[in-house]
Amino acid sequence: MIIEGIGQGLIWSMLAIGVFLTFRILNIPDLTAEGSFPLGAAITIKLMLLGQSAIVATLAGFLAGCLAGIVTGILDTKLRIPSLLAGILTMTGLYSINMHIMGKANIPLLNQKILSSYLPAAWDPVIQTILLGVLISIGMITLLTLFFKTETGLALQATGNNQAMSAANGVKTDGMVILGYAISNGCIALSGALVAQNNGFSDIGMGIGTIVIGLASVLVGEIFITSRKIWIKLSSMVLGAIIYRVLLTLAMNFGVSPDDLKLFSTVILILVIVIPMIQSRQRAKKQLNKYLLSIRLAKEVSPDD
Amino acid sequence: MTNSDILKIQNLQKVFFPGTINQRHILKDINLTINSGDFISVIGNNGAGKSTLLNTIAGNLPVDAGSVTILGNDITNASVASRSKWISRVFQDPKLGTAGELTVAENLALSEKKHRHFNLHFYHSAERDRRFTTLLSRLNMGLEDRLNTQVKYLSGGQRQALSLLMATLSQPDLLLLDEHTAALDPYTSSEVMHLTNDIISERHLTSLMITHKMEDALQYGNRLLMVQDGQIKLDVRGADKQRLRKAELLDLFN
Repeated sequence: MIIEGIGQGLIWSMLAIGVFLTFRILNIPDLTAEGSFPLGAAITIKLMLLGQSAIVATLAGFLAGCLAGIVTGILDTKLRIPSLLAGILTMTGLYSINMHIMGKANIPLLNQKILSSYLPAAWDPVIQTILLGVLISIGMITLLTLFFKTETGLALQATGNNQAMSAANGVKTDGMVILGYAISNGCIALSGALVAQNNGFSDIGMGIGTIVIGLASVLVGEIFITSRKIWIKLSSMVLGAIIYRVLLTLAMNFGVSPDDLKLFSTVILILVIVIPMIQSRQRAKKQLNKYLLSIRLAKEVSPDD
Repeated sequence: MTNSDILKIQNLQKVFFPGTINQRHILKDINLTINSGDFISVIGNNGAGKSTLLNTIAGNLPVDAGSVTILGNDITNASVASRSKWISRVFQDPKLGTAGELTVAENLALSEKKHRHFNLHFYHSAERDRRFTTLLSRLNMGLEDRLNTQVKYLSGGQRQALSLLMATLSQPDLLLLDEHTAALDPYTSSEVMHLTNDIISERHLTSLMITHKMEDALQYGNRLLMVQDGQIKLDVRGADKQRLRKAELLDLFN
């Protein structure tokens, strides 16, 4: 059961990486995820049903996500629509687009070869999923790590951190923000493409709650960030997604019904936001008391007069 | 326009909240030519229009009428990023001029390449680190050992010195200083001001500096502008500026 959760976590990890890019690198709360995740799923499954190979279909899903990100990026930067609203607009519009792509609310694969079945057929499907997830995670982390070491990658990070300063240094900040949205939503759509193949179908409702799942994975993952190195940050996101998925699997095992999973996700997100806050407050209080006590003791030992 | 003109501002107008009860005419038909090698101090009351003037030159504020040209290029409607080819800026708030989450080396690398296009070259190199270390050691702020420290852990003075170094790294045609020592304690403030003066004279930079400190305005630079009520009330240079005394300047304020 836990092994299965790990496999699921790995294919959901692209979502965590995508959300991390906008939420933490660009400092933007982007809700496009709710539309780009099912967009990736819809495009991929539809293309596979039309006879394309899983590889081509998955790539197309990724690129469609990039396009969705570009739309939100343009709404945000060029039309000056607040980023939260820009994301909601794209996500809402995408619902109709996804419906048009699929033609109906749910399209199942028939017997098309999915990405993980390119691996030796003798292996267990769970192992296939894990291996595929590991390969894609390593590939994406490598690409992104290399990208963030380039001049453009640096400019993107600087834009997220301080836009005024970046512009003053010649960075075309609008372009960087749009690029960030594009990469982020590409990753999220890729996650949708992988999940849909794994499920064997694409469903119009599969995006609901994506952002909560993504944010929860990011916040769980951040517990493991021990350094500024970008590859460690990205790997922590994968770890966060896995832990989150394993938690969900365990919850289902303990009898939480699938209908209650969204509620469960919400509670997990609230907990991972609140617990570190309470922890750090209590730690600070403890340290303060210790310090004040040490001053009092020092005074008692050597009174001033 | 002669060869020695760096920046030319003609009939510049800026009106905030036009047509409302809060309408304020901040810049009233400003004409200003900045010559090559000028180091101009700008003084004036709060709300006189100094910062607005600087922001219209930097591109952060659109102008309502008039034109801004730099080295013969019309930049009246150009973006901040495209103006950075000619213009560098040090902000008043040390936090604004640097990216706190990035390291000292990363900040410097960012400022080194100004007119950038999409570019996938790696920014880090041992050669670059060595060059940055040499540059930083000349600031005498202990920054040369902190190349890989995130800038948010530096003091205000260190951040501002770094900001200054970043702004001058690519030999800008015009350096804008927006009360860049105002947020620092008196000692650090004078350190940074000395450093500014050294860099400007060493590199023969052309500079426009807003300041609230009369002493700095009188002591530094070859030219002094006083902005009042959206107009340039005083523009003295050279020997005339050197003869100017603080008391006279204070009189002019009223």
